[in-house]
Amino acid sequence: MKKPDISLWWITIAVIVLIVIPVVTKSPILRESVFLILLYMTLALSLNIILGYTGYVSFGHIVYYGIGGYVTFSLIYFYGINLIVAMIIGGLFAAAIAYSLGQAILKLRGAYFAIATIGVNEAVKALVNNLDAIGGAEGLYFNIKVYNAYGGAENAIWLSYYLMSALIIITLIVNWYIKKSKFGLGLMAIREDEDAAIILGVDTRKYKSLAYMLSALFPGIAGGIFFFKNGNIEPENAFHLVKSIEMIFMVMLGGFGTVTGPVLGALVYERIRGLLLINPLFKNLHIAISGVVLLLIVLFMPSGIIGYVREKIAKIRRYIE
Amino acid sequence: MIDVWVDSIIGGLLLGLVYGLAAIGLNLIWGVMKVINLSHGAFMALGMFVIYLLFTAFGIFPYFGLVIVIGLGLVLGMLTYFVALHRVIDAPELSTLLATFSVSLFIIGVGTFVFTTIPYAIDISLGSISFGNITILGTKVATGLISIAFTAILYVFLYKTRLGKAIRAVSMNRVAAELMGVNTTFILALSFGIGIALAMSAGALIATIFPFTILSGGVYELKSFVICVLGGLGSPLGALVGGIVLGMIENVVTLQIPTSYVPVIEFSILVLILLLKPSGLLGGKV
Amino acid sequence: MILKVENVTKRFGGLVALNKVSFTLEKGEILGIIGPNGAGKTTLFNVICGVYSPEEGRIIFSDVDITGLPPFKITRLGIARTHQVVKPLNDLTVKENVMVGACFGKSYMGLEDAEKIAEGVLDTVGLKERSELLAGKLNVPEKKRLELARALASQPTLLLLDEVLAGLNPLEVSKMLEVIRKIRDNGVTIMMIEHLMHAIMNVSDRIIVLDYGAKIAEGKPEEVANNPKVIEAYLGDPDLALKLLKKEG
Repeated sequence: MKKPDISLWWITIAVIVLIVIPVVTKSPILRESVFLILLYMTLALSLNIILGYTGYVSFGHIVYYGIGGYVTFSLIYFYGINLIVAMIIGGLFAAAIAYSLGQAILKLRGAYFAIATIGVNEAVKALVNNLDAIGGAEGLYFNIKVYNAYGGAENAIWLSYYLMSALIIITLIVNWYIKKSKFGLGLMAIREDEDAAIILGVDTRKYKSLAYMLSALFPGIAGGIFFFKNGNIEPENAFHLVKSIEMIFMVMLGGFGTVTGPVLGALVYERIRGLLLINPLFKNLHIAISGVVLLLIVLFMPSGIIGYVREKIAKIRRYIE
Repeated sequence: MIDVWVDSIIGGLLLGLVYGLAAIGLNLIWGVMKVINLSHGAFMALGMFVIYLLFTAFGIFPYFGLVIVIGLGLVLGMLTYFVALHRVIDAPELSTLLATFSVSLFIIGVGTFVFTTIPYAIDISLGSISFGNITILGTKVATGLISIAFTAILYVFLYKTRLGKAIRAVSMNRVAAELMGVNTTFILALSFGIGIALAMSAGALIATIFPFTILSGGVYELKSFVICVLGGLGSPLGALVGGIVLGMIENVVTLQIPTSYVPVIEFSILVLILLLKPSGLLGGKV
Repeated sequence: MILKVENVTKRFGGLVALNKVSFTLEKGEILGIIGPNGAGKTTLFNVICGVYSPEEGRIIFSDVDITGLPPFKITRLGIARTHQVVKPLNDLTVKENVMVGACFGKSYMGLEDAEKIAEGVLDTVGLKERSELLAGKLNVPEKKRLELARALASQPTLLLLDEVLAGLNPLEVSKMLEVIRKIRDNGVTIMMIEHLMHAIMNVSDRIIVLDYGAKIAEGKPEEVANNPKVIEAYLGDPDLALKLLKKEG
């Protein structure tokens, strides 16, 4: 196994600094905003495994966030299971679903795979809408007493914050190790040319399934933490297709297939979004403006911020993997 | 009891024809350009509002307004091609997916700003046709017939005209078509224009029978995906058949099971067909 | 005997791409495969590599029946190939491309060993200075050499070369032939498809001629060249027939 290099160190330290700021300042506003950034980073890095390394455009990836969220929420809601146990079960459940679905849909390539993933997300959303046992279209709401087990609502929110922090660090390190491993090399071979990869001896089916499974695991856990903190879960929030596309956008913005890219992309995206929403002039037009920004990036900077810098300045290439 | 069934079947058929029209646009774009147009729904919504404004502001009766909608669709579609797609037409599918999605964001964003997300409706009546206990609204009949007419015109255009043949040539093999002297850039732009014109006119037709919001397009776009996959991606005739199947599912199946299960069925069909018979029920190409 | 192909038939719809083809291959041999365009040469490679599984017949490699195995398993048993239309992994570096071959090939080694192997192989094919470049940036002859390097890095016992000489200038051809002989001298058995007659006649120990999916001749290069059936098959392809006749003259 490779030893961590400078590119992993600096990005990890940068994320830790970000995590520490709200803890030191005790500011709830900062905490909320950083929590969201950490969530985005986790989602973007997870998607990076299947999209960035393996080259499969999972367009409905948010489905695993929703599944993890629902499993975690239900376990706490119905059985009073501890959050940490529940979220791990939620993540594993999402990963298991991804693995078994992957056996089928990963046979599809290119746009066909993308459409199938949209179909999966919409089918699951529609199904949950009909499952009255877990709240149907109205969803589920925690009684405030649920948080008593965690020392009250305020403590529960901080716990969620720390768990999300731990999750992003793990996701980040896993991403780096994948990229630097034989497994990662095999994935990238699949991304570049799947037919060539299988002839070169890559067990493409197994590799794709594993990558898809891993890329569902972390969003599953993240969904569990998010909806626990939120106190409410409903199909429209859990399986929101636009969130899927936001994930892709973040990966693309930062530079897909890199480790630092999705982290940076998530940060920049959350900031842009925040600025647009605050500014009275842009507030009502923020969706349209996001559209223009996205188009400009797709057309003129397809390799993202990190990709762009790597192309332009060869010297620092090895510091930003 | 039998009346209810007949009523539903006819209703499903008419609705399916409109769905099919929207899906044909999506399919043409896929067949010729290999682009999944994620702005399809947004353009459908745009078509709804254009026909609404033509009617309420200028008093143009919707079925005549359709001509304007088609013209506008052609122009906007070709413009969109040159602005958003031309640069990335040979890039991996992720680029074109995101490019068309960004166009959708733009339209929906501006649309939300102007119209907000409250529902609108076009209040027209063409009376109704009755036989026995069955009554069908005239507007529904009109949309069905117009959809068939548009599909027929498109077919004649694709198979009998020089330009249409060029479009089919590009869809079969772009490089070869280019070598044979076809201006492929123009053909790609035109195909996107036609696809958008179909989307907008389908939207306009739907607006004459159902209330709509600026976000309505999203639902119909997803339906169009299901239809295209059902009929076979790239096959216009398949799209019409797929549309009818979907219309039937919505109108007839709901006699037996709750409406809220319809999306579950639709999207399960989508995934299953992709897995089991990716060429669609009919197979084939443009 | 390293490879035994027995009565292999492959159909695509109504088209019979391979019709009861049988032959054997001895260890350390260079076997040339020739035939007019569309004769089924590349299909034969695809069937041996597991890209297609044949409708009839068996393929035995080193005493293992590999008929219908998935391609990656066949690769790991020790068969490597190059493609007629090169398939570089564009966004990976030249060295990473070769490492993929080493990592997932017969030796199935780890990254660090693969890196060493890759460096050695790149030296052999003369791409050492290019190793940090993205593969997509190479020119066509370099990409051909990269194909070869990637196949070699998997340390195969049988190497299938699909038109590695096409598009090379005479100097590059003789260099490449040099490399191919060197590979054979290291104990690798080679099967090669080639249109350049003088080159393949020169380098092969034995030649098989395919036409319309069937084997129509087999033997030493000079025997094959004098075989009337072969000349007849090539007369459909005047350029090649002329080349053959010239060699005779």
